[in-house]
Amino acid sequence: MLKLPIYMDNNSTTRTDPRVVDAMIPFFTEKFGNAASRNHPFGWEADEAVGEARKQIGNLIGSGPSEIIFTSGATEAINLALKGVAQMYKKKGNHIITQVTEHKATLDTCKRLEKDGFQVTYLPVDKFGQVSAEQIREALTDKTILVSIMAANNEIGSLQPIKAIGKLCKEKGILFHTDAVQAVGKIPINVDEMGIDLLSMSGHKMYGPKGIGALYVRKKDPRVRLDPQIDGGGHERGMRSGTLPVPLIVGLGEAADICYREMAEESKKTYRLREKLRKGIMSQLPESYINGHPDERLPGNANISFAYVEGEGLMMGIKDVAVSSGSACTSASLEPSYVLRALGVGDELAHSSIRFGIGRFNTEEEVDYVIDLVVREVNRLREMSPLYEMAQEGIDLKSIEWSGH
Amino acid sequence: MPYSDKILEHYNNPRNVGSFTQSDLNVGTGLVGAPECGDVLKLQILVNPATGMIEDAKFKTFGCGSAIASSSLATEWLKGKSIEDALAIRNTQIVEELALPPVKVHCSVLAEDAIKAAIKNFQDKQQNTNAEKREPVAVG
Repeated sequence: MLKLPIYMDNNSTTRTDPRVVDAMIPFFTEKFGNAASRNHPFGWEADEAVGEARKQIGNLIGSGPSEIIFTSGATEAINLALKGVAQMYKKKGNHIITQVTEHKATLDTCKRLEKDGFQVTYLPVDKFGQVSAEQIREALTDKTILVSIMAANNEIGSLQPIKAIGKLCKEKGILFHTDAVQAVGKIPINVDEMGIDLLSMSGHKMYGPKGIGALYVRKKDPRVRLDPQIDGGGHERGMRSGTLPVPLIVGLGEAADICYREMAEESKKTYRLREKLRKGIMSQLPESYINGHPDERLPGNANISFAYVEGEGLMMGIKDVAVSSGSACTSASLEPSYVLRALGVGDELAHSSIRFGIGRFNTEEEVDYVIDLVVREVNRLREMSPLYEMAQEGIDLKSIEWSGH
Repeated sequence: MPYSDKILEHYNNPRNVGSFTQSDLNVGTGLVGAPECGDVLKLQILVNPATGMIEDAKFKTFGCGSAIASSSLATEWLKGKSIEDALAIRNTQIVEELALPPVKVHCSVLAEDAIKAAIKNFQDKQQNTNAEKREPVAVG
């Protein structure tokens, strides 16, 4: 039985897995101790649970348990990684390399660092939203201390060549941070095999709770040091003070453990549903275009532009399906998605984009429903679109002098 | 953001979607906005030359639900109005009628612009034809 509305915006957030909620509850009720209380069983119990969560997260990304630093989320993890490294290693150099389609957590942190005297190179991406290790090699200077490249993009799902970038950074002795918020739990990530020194992740993007994230900080070869951004009781090896939110940490650990055990099967399923959705929609709608890389992308992500139809207008038509759009109208700014623009997708098509994020809890039936609804609504809106009418009449839309506003 | 019932009603059942023949002398066409800005409104009026009244109006819109609703409402209001009364329609009336949120006020501005552009187009056409009609007289 199909239940509306359908949630298909899993790149934005995910439903907390009921198994995760079950694991968390005792740590709100009976097991409420402070993990830093060394002298009574309440504290021991909490500390043990936190230790177990570190192991579960470590298993998923191939790290040791003590290399996990808990934060309030990925935004804080990214801030800590970039600012922490920049401040700690500023005597060594002041240059950071990143790329233009990073999440704002990275871009805005870099802007802040620029104000503080650091130099940041923002590499352009190709039409699929990818950078190459070669681009990074060319951008390196003797002042470069850090490279920060996301593992997978949140809007278009494109994967970056993390392993090649990690290898290059190792070779040059430069620290490598990756924002792996979208990738962890969806595709295999191994910090050793990929040469990752710092990795940011978020609980709520992987069926865990909101309000918790983690930063992996390499302890050996090299031992990465960070200038803490929050001062206090010296928790998390002094890198992030603040009483540990034990229930959230237990939730993140459980979420990581479920991903570790089920990712192989689950990603096959989300990929199959994604492909069904993509083909189902695009085969019925001419002039629809996939944004991002056709194959090297997150299994559940499909970002599609529908020419002549505005994204937010379309979202109103498919209001029983929760998705998001690169249209300006969905954001506070009036500019369309900077990610799509960086790919060279024209502003008109950027306004026409819809991001579908298929996740753990989506069903085949939901995908069938969404295909039919999207096709019907795009056709309806095209019949209502002056641009579609002009295109049908053979008028080149670029030849028109638009008034703008 | 939650939408008012009136926006949804116009979006789901838009009035007067369609086109008149653009070359028709009694048709005025206003095309405003730009695809790269995410809004394009085409609004057309059909004027009775004898009475100067707007007999019919049609629109096509590329844009968000509020832009579609604003255009739809504008065509509804235009029908049966004189040119003069049509020129008096203000975007603030559209904002009020549809309960547009502040970030969507530009949709109503665009609708007002489209009305004015359509009327101007109609008037320009009329003037040109009148000029053409007069010309032979002047020569003769």
